[in-house]
Amino acid sequence: MSKVSLRVAGLKVHYRTLRGDVKALDDVTFAVADGETMGLAGESGCGKTTLGKSLIRLDGRMRHVDGTVELDDEELPIGDTARMNDFRFREVFIIPQYAMSAMNPTRKIGKMTKELLESRGVRFETVRTELKRRLELVGLAHDVLDRYPIELSGGMKQRMVMVLSTLLNPSLLVADEVTSALDVSTQRAVAETLVDFRDRGFVRSMIVITHDVSLVYQIADSIMVMYAGKLAEKAPTDVIVDSPRHPYTQLLISSLPEVGVKYADKRLTGIPGSPPSLLDPPAGCRFRDRCPLAFDKCSEEPPFVEVEHGHYVACWKA
Amino acid sequence: MRRYFGRKFLIYALTFFVAVTINFMIPRLMPGDPVRSMVARAGMQTPEAAATMQEYYTRIFGLDVPIWQQYLNFWAALLRGDLGISIWLFPQPVTGVIMRAVPYTLALLIPAILLSWFAGNKFGAFAARRKWLDNTILPVGYVLTATPYMWLAILLAWALGIIAGIFPIAGGYSFSLAPTLSWTFVGSLLAHWFLPFVSLFLVFFGGWAIGMRNMIIYELEADYSHYLQALGAPQRLVRKYAFRNAALPQITGLALQLGVIVAGAVVTEIVFSYPGLGHLILKAIENQDFFLLQGAFLFIVIGVLLANFIIDIVYVLVDPRTRTGMGGGSA
Repeated sequence: MSKVSLRVAGLKVHYRTLRGDVKALDDVTFAVADGETMGLAGESGCGKTTLGKSLIRLDGRMRHVDGTVELDDEELPIGDTARMNDFRFREVFIIPQYAMSAMNPTRKIGKMTKELLESRGVRFETVRTELKRRLELVGLAHDVLDRYPIELSGGMKQRMVMVLSTLLNPSLLVADEVTSALDVSTQRAVAETLVDFRDRGFVRSMIVITHDVSLVYQIADSIMVMYAGKLAEKAPTDVIVDSPRHPYTQLLISSLPEVGVKYADKRLTGIPGSPPSLLDPPAGCRFRDRCPLAFDKCSEEPPFVEVEHGHYVACWKA
Repeated sequence: MRRYFGRKFLIYALTFFVAVTINFMIPRLMPGDPVRSMVARAGMQTPEAAATMQEYYTRIFGLDVPIWQQYLNFWAALLRGDLGISIWLFPQPVTGVIMRAVPYTLALLIPAILLSWFAGNKFGAFAARRKWLDNTILPVGYVLTATPYMWLAILLAWALGIIAGIFPIAGGYSFSLAPTLSWTFVGSLLAHWFLPFVSLFLVFFGGWAIGMRNMIIYELEADYSHYLQALGAPQRLVRKYAFRNAALPQITGLALQLGVIVAGAVVTEIVFSYPGLGHLILKAIENQDFFLLQGAFLFIVIGVLLANFIIDIVYVLVDPRTRTGMGGGSA
């Protein structure tokens, strides 16, 4: 776990709107080691999906403002959607939030896979056996390839998309909310498949984006927490869960239910307030207004610094 | 599969029955008496002669029996393929009159409908998400569809026919020619065909292009398009899939418009005095020709039903999702 796979430095991505730029990602710097599975958590609108998308494909409204992304010591041209095509699928891949509707409804899955692979210059015959082996691995029969997406259940579609996405063994896989539309037992199966894929070397590093901290706790080596377009904390999973330093992380963890604890007389507490608008974010620490520990210095922006080995925090109190 | 088509067939049969019944009723509900106007045209001197003539015609056209019996006779004759005798072109049988008009209408409508559908869809798909084309040529499409049809037709006839003098503006072929199989005659047919065709083509084309452009933009924003792009699939493949899926509602649109198109052709044929079915309908109404009107409407009904049936089959072929609904989920 020493070699660095992904290195993101000073990444800024804005959404263009009529009222001005929404600063969805503001000066994000982090690294993912080779073979590391990093969980990316945070509440809705904190920029985690934007970060995931930035690594693959910026959509029409997103603008790459500043910063670099390096994968295996090679810079990804993330602002140039045409040049990025060389890296997509082979080097870096996203399992999208919308796996249920990710496949063309009017093409048989096998035919779609074939057309897709051949459009990327890969002979379908060369991967056919590997494809079938992986289908077996996730518990899908070979004949799904002769079916249309509507003939599959939600969980089957999710697994099919996972197999398809990782077929060319990308070095980095971004799994965006892969479990959010599934029931609990399927969630677990999907999470285990992700780990299994990594252990078998189908993917080298993973970023698992989720708002479900308990899910990443089970599969991730480290967890990164985002708040309002900025990084709050990154640390190995155990450290984040047991001794978080950033007050936001502390509140986030404490708002989760624990196994074996009865909540009849002790209500779970949430975090009062809501995140600031990213259209014109306030100066200084963005969590200041909701933070119980805020003091004068918080009007200056806290740097994202390493406080212990592998433990980064952006807070003056940490 | 058989159940699906069985059910469809039943619906079509029912529609046919109702439509034919309405066909029978409409001319009879029109004010006026066709036989009386025929007799008046003949200009009989004595009232007795007029009365005899009136009686003769009434019997010939089968109008002397009660209306329910006329209705039954009408069905019996229809099943024998007999549509009666034209009042306007007495004593020619309606079948012959219609058969002479049908080739003109089909030659005009089929190329206009299919070519405009094909070209409009291709063009709309091509223009979608290409800023320059989208901003310059699509407004032209909006103008074309928004134009009242007869105005466009008259404008074309005026500009290309009267001012430029390139194309003749009336008739199916030159009045100085008799129908023969010669180059001169075919050339004349084509020259007369061109203006009505272009006017129909232009109006339909604009509508299809706009519809397709909007559908393509919608499909390019669909999840499967994003997924393909995230997989680095080339634009060609993404657009190919989008086009295929966007074409589905357009096929339904084609089926729906076929019914309306016949009405559109009536106006075209009137503006250009083109000797097709639309022209016949106008003449039949002017002359209170029950039988001709019935025959022409019958043809339109059959045309619309046939077109819808073909579209039903095409839909099953192109959209796998309709297939699952067919055999109660056995697909």
